[in-house]
Amino acid sequence: MDIEAEAIAVATPPAVAPQSIYRHRLPVRVMHWINVVCMAILLGSGLNIFNAHPTLYWGHDSVTGTPWLSIRGVNTPQGPVGKTRLGSVEFTTTGVLGISKVDGRPTERGFPSWATIPGPQWLAMARHWHLFFAWLFVVNGIAYVLYTIFSRHLVKDLVPTRQELANIGRSIVDHLKFKHPTGAAATRYNVLQSLTYLIVIFVLLPLIVIAGMALSPRLDTVVTGWVDLLGGRQSARSLHFLAAAGLLLFVVIHVFEVIVAGVWNEMRSMITGWYKVPPDPASPEVRP
Amino acid sequence: MSRTFTLMRAPQRVRRRLLRGAVAAAGAAMLTGCDRLSRNEAFVDTLKSAERLSHAAAGVVAPRRAMAQEFEPSQVAPVFRSNGTLSPGDADYVALRNSGFAGYKLAVGGLVAKPAEFTLDALRAMPARTQITRHDCVEGWSCIGKWKGVQLSYILEQVQPQAEARYVLFRCYDSMDGPSLEGRDSRYYESIDMDDARHAQTILAYELNDKALPVSNGAPLRCRVERQLGYKQAKYVRAIELVADFSKIRGGKGGYWEDEGYEWYGGI
Repeated sequence: MDIEAEAIAVATPPAVAPQSIYRHRLPVRVMHWINVVCMAILLGSGLNIFNAHPTLYWGHDSVTGTPWLSIRGVNTPQGPVGKTRLGSVEFTTTGVLGISKVDGRPTERGFPSWATIPGPQWLAMARHWHLFFAWLFVVNGIAYVLYTIFSRHLVKDLVPTRQELANIGRSIVDHLKFKHPTGAAATRYNVLQSLTYLIVIFVLLPLIVIAGMALSPRLDTVVTGWVDLLGGRQSARSLHFLAAAGLLLFVVIHVFEVIVAGVWNEMRSMITGWYKVPPDPASPEVRP
Repeated sequence: MSRTFTLMRAPQRVRRRLLRGAVAAAGAAMLTGCDRLSRNEAFVDTLKSAERLSHAAAGVVAPRRAMAQEFEPSQVAPVFRSNGTLSPGDADYVALRNSGFAGYKLAVGGLVAKPAEFTLDALRAMPARTQITRHDCVEGWSCIGKWKGVQLSYILEQVQPQAEARYVLFRCYDSMDGPSLEGRDSRYYESIDMDDARHAQTILAYELNDKALPVSNGAPLRCRVERQLGYKQAKYVRAIELVADFSKIRGGKGGYWEDEGYEWYGGI
């Protein structure tokens, strides 16, 4: 066998896909679930902290800055009404935003108690939750990035090949049809999936951490004035919130895709590591 | 064929329904669990351990003398937002205010070699520092203001702290639960460590935006600790005390809001 033929043999996926593959190694699984806990708690406690001043601005301070999101409750002759203003548009959001029930009574608060940790409006406690799990989240995140680099998980599995990028159009169509890869193709992340992961890992997560750090008056002094790069502290607070919204959107789509692709198989692969490859209809011999 | 298909899919549909129920139940359990844990002392102590880590880490990445950002005069907010006490009702404060703070004296004592009292005129005669800084409230809002005052380090040089002094404690005029509640001292107080006390931007301010400090912002004298959150910036400062530890003072946590559960280290 000459070298060229050998290279082709290695590069071509096996014609018959294996029935089960070991898809996620233990460190990835452990870090994934730590991340799930951290993100849930950071989101809930973050919303409780947001509620202490439920307005977001662009700029340095909240007096001269430009508000772009504001959630409040107003008293009207018909009773309390929740108002959410996004830019110049105001929505009535009674029941969820601005006014929601606390112990059965309509109460003025930004996000409702079912979305916040802790449930009651309790800024000091929400900060304890948030800052503890922020540490765990960052340490876990750094460990994950180092692992992906040194285990070559990043280059091998997360960075799409040139060919995959060229076929991105097909992947988009497949996603819109809720069609999931089968056979050998299912053993790899598809291109939209890997690009999404890369954006989350290398854009959204660093942004949320850096914007969060910009909120600390002491960390602002690391290099005096660095917060200006984010547009000022109130802009940083907005970016922190928007990055969280982006992550929440990612989680919603991620969970949706897991359900569509086969929740038990996907869950098993993230718990035990083993993933059952959906048989390729084109190769009937691998059907069970 | 379709019949077989339906039969095969049925258990999956049941499983999906079960799963959806399980996820909803887990979510509800998590929220209830978090509320219960928030009332568990040992658990909250664990959460609070992050404060020490944050304080230590902040000290590593942001050196002791690192300066808070200072802004241009054009960035000063037209009205400085006031928060917390807006006008103390305590009798001694009201009397002082009615006299235009003429009788005001700042007492500096505790673990110092030379306890002293300073009138407002004496404080104004000392070397002054002016700084345009951003005030960051723990609630999330910020406001930029121009402060003028005497550096706390200068006051400390006058009174000469003893070697065992580790914290500077500010005792204020304003009772947080209202002065009518006799017997229980609820006057605002705060404390900072010697690193922050000796920091160049830590001043006792008597001017805000080129005018005498307004009552709503802490007249006649308030502290500015620019690398910490708003609740550390004691208003209506009555006396300063140097202490070795604050665990026996009031709630033992080093400040009014700290006793209410907020972090003592307000730099995060």
